[in-house]
Amino acid sequence: MTTEPLWSAATLVPLPVLLPLFAAGLTLALHRFPVAQRVISVAALAATTAASAALVVVVDSGPIVVDVGGWAAPVGIDLVADRLSALMLTVSGVMLLCVLLYSLGQGVPEGDEIPDKGQRVANLPVAIFHPTYLVLAAGVANAFLTGDLFNLYVGFEILLAASSVLLTLGGTAERIRAGSVYVIVALVASLLLLAAIGLIYAATGTVNMAQLAVRLPEIDPTVRVALQTLLLLAFGIKAAIFPVSAWLPDSYPTAPAPVTAVFAGLLTKVGVYSILRTQTVLFPQHDTVDQVLLVLALLTMIIGILGAVAQNDLKRLLSFTLVSHIGYMIFGVALASEAGTAAAIYYVVHHISVQTALFLVVGLVEWRGGSTSLDRLGGLAKLAPGLAILFFIPALNLGGIPPMSGFLGKVGLLTEGVADGSGLAWALVVGSVVTSLLTLYAVVKAWNKAFWQTAPPEIEPHVALPRGMVWPAGALVAFGLMLTVAAGPLYGYAERAASAAMDGHTYVDAVFPGGSERGTGESVEVADETGGGDHP
Amino acid sequence: MTVLDTTPSLALVIAVGVLCGTGVYLLLERPLTRVLLGFVLIGNGVNLMLVVAGGRAGAPPIVGNSPASERMSDPLAQAMVLTSIVITLALTAFVLAMAYRSWQMHGHDEVADDVEDRRVARHAALNAPAFEDADAAETGETLDEEAADVFDDVDDDEDETQGAR
Repeated sequence: MTTEPLWSAATLVPLPVLLPLFAAGLTLALHRFPVAQRVISVAALAATTAASAALVVVVDSGPIVVDVGGWAAPVGIDLVADRLSALMLTVSGVMLLCVLLYSLGQGVPEGDEIPDKGQRVANLPVAIFHPTYLVLAAGVANAFLTGDLFNLYVGFEILLAASSVLLTLGGTAERIRAGSVYVIVALVASLLLLAAIGLIYAATGTVNMAQLAVRLPEIDPTVRVALQTLLLLAFGIKAAIFPVSAWLPDSYPTAPAPVTAVFAGLLTKVGVYSILRTQTVLFPQHDTVDQVLLVLALLTMIIGILGAVAQNDLKRLLSFTLVSHIGYMIFGVALASEAGTAAAIYYVVHHISVQTALFLVVGLVEWRGGSTSLDRLGGLAKLAPGLAILFFIPALNLGGIPPMSGFLGKVGLLTEGVADGSGLAWALVVGSVVTSLLTLYAVVKAWNKAFWQTAPPEIEPHVALPRGMVWPAGALVAFGLMLTVAAGPLYGYAERAASAAMDGHTYVDAVFPGGSERGTGESVEVADETGGGDHP
Repeated sequence: MTVLDTTPSLALVIAVGVLCGTGVYLLLERPLTRVLLGFVLIGNGVNLMLVVAGGRAGAPPIVGNSPASERMSDPLAQAMVLTSIVITLALTAFVLAMAYRSWQMHGHDEVADDVEDRRVARHAALNAPAFEDADAAETGETLDEEAADVFDDVDDDEDETQGAR
C-alpha cells in the first residue's frame, strides 16, 4: 500500500454495501425521529444509486476488484464490480429508491390498513421499517458485488433476514402464516447453499469465485456436476424456478404493497443473478445441466402462467406471472451462448422494473378500490383514469407488446433460441410465445375486471389518489419505458457484459492480475504465509 | 509446508448424515417448533460438514506460534463455520419469535394452508367456472365438505370465514 490517491474508482465499489448498512444503523438509533429516519433512508439510497450508476460507466472499461480486508484475492474476500453487477446494482437502486418514496407517500409504510381485511393491525413497529429496508438493500448489493462464494451466502442471509422481518411486519395472523412458509423455505435453501459451499470447499480448497473458475475444471467431472446441481437447486429455490417455486405465490401477496414490490422485483432476481454468475464463471462447461435447465425453464413458464390465469386476486395473479417470467431468464442462461446470456441480462433489467411497477400500481388499486380481489373491483378506468394508464403500460410491457422492453427482451431470447436450432430450443421458443400470449390474457382479464366492469357500489366515486404514492409508481413506469427508449445502448451494454462473462478469462484476470493463480498449489503457500482469510 | 490430511473422519461424516436425516424428518412436520428443531439439526449438520471439509485438526493456525514441522489446522473452514453458526443462531431466534406469535394468535403454531389456494382448488374440484362468486351461502356447506375431502385442512375459524367471503 504505497501512496495511493485518497479517492479512486475503486472507492465506489464498496459504497452500495456500506452506505445502506451505515444508514441502517443511523436510522435505528434515530428511531424516535421519523423525519430524520426518512431523510437518511432516502439520502442513503439515492447516494447508492448514484454510486452504482457511476460504476456502470467506470467498469465499462474493465472490472474493478477491491480487496476488502487488505488481503489479496485468494486469501481475503474481494468485491468484484463488472458490467453485470454494476447494471444490476443500478437498476435495483432505482427500484429501491422508488419503492421507498412510495412507502413514504403511503403514510404508514408498515401496514396496509385495509379495514375489511378483518385483521388485527396493532402495535406496528413503526421504527423498524427503515433500518430493515436498508439492510435488505445492503444484502442485495453484497450479493451482486461479491467475488467470493461464502460472501455470497452471507449476502443471501442478510437479505433473507431483512426480508423475513419485512414480510411479517406487524405480526398479523395472515402475515405470520405466509411468513412461516417463506422463512422456512428460505432457510432450507440457505442450508442447501451452505452445504454446496462446504462441499465445493472440500473438493477444491477455495471459495473464491475466480480461483474456483480455475480449479473446478480440474476436478472429477461427476463431482463437478453434483456440486453444480446442488448450487443450482439452492439458487433455484431463491429464484422460484418451477419444481421449487410454490412458496412464492403463497407468501408474497400478504405483505404490504411496497414490500411485495421489492420482493417481486428484486429477491428472485438475486437468485437469477447468482445462477447467471455461477453458470458463466464457475461452470462454463456446456453439458446436460443446460438441457435440464432448458426443460425447467419451459415448465416454469407454462405452469407459472397457467397458475396466473387461474387466479382471481391481482396480487396473486402478478405473483404467478413473476414465477412464469423467471422462466424466460433461465431460458437465456441455459442457452449458454453470448447472445442468450445478453438477452437474459436485458430481460432481468426489464423485469425488475416492470414487475415492481405493477406491484406498486396494484398497491394503488388496493388503496383506491379497497381490495385486490377481481370480483370486488371495477370501474376504475372511469373513476381513476390516471391509475388505469399506470396499470396499462407496464401490464402490456409484461405481456411483451411491441415496441416495449418486454418485447425486445423476448425477441432477443427467441432469436437466440431459433439460432440454437435444437428440438428443445424450439420447444422453448414455442413455449415462450404461448406464455407471452397467456400473460397478455391474464393481464387483460385483470384489466377487464378491475378497470372496465361496472363499479361495485362500495368504491367511493370521488377520491383523489395520494400524490406521494402516485409519482414514485409513475416514475418507475417511466423508467420501464426508458428501457425501451434506451434499448440500443442498454442491449449493447448487456451484450458486452455477457461476452465478458462468457469468455472465461476476464473475470479471473481481473481478480488475479499477475495470473499467478493459474495452476494449483500456490494458494496453499500464500495462505500459510499470510495467515488465512478473514471471512466476516 | 506439508499439505493437510483431508481424509474425513468417518465418525464425523456419519454424524453429519444423522443430523441432516433427523432434521429433514422434523422439517416435514406441521408445527413450527418441530420445523425449527429440524432446521437447527440440519444447520448443525451442515456446519459440521464445513468443519469436516477443512480437513483434520492440526496445530493452531498462527504463523510463528507453532513448530514448523507440525501441520496447521485450516483456519478458513473454521472462520466460515463461525459465521454460519452466528447466522443460524439469529435465524433460529427469528423463527422462535414467529412460532410464539403464531401461538399467540391461534393457540397453536401449525403452519396452515393458504386460504386463497384452497379457494381456487375448491373451484377446480367443483369444476365450477373459476371467476364467479360461487361461494354463495346455500352451496357453502357442500363446498367445504368437498374441500375437506380433497385437501389437507389444518385450520381454524378465522381462515375459514375469510375463505368464504
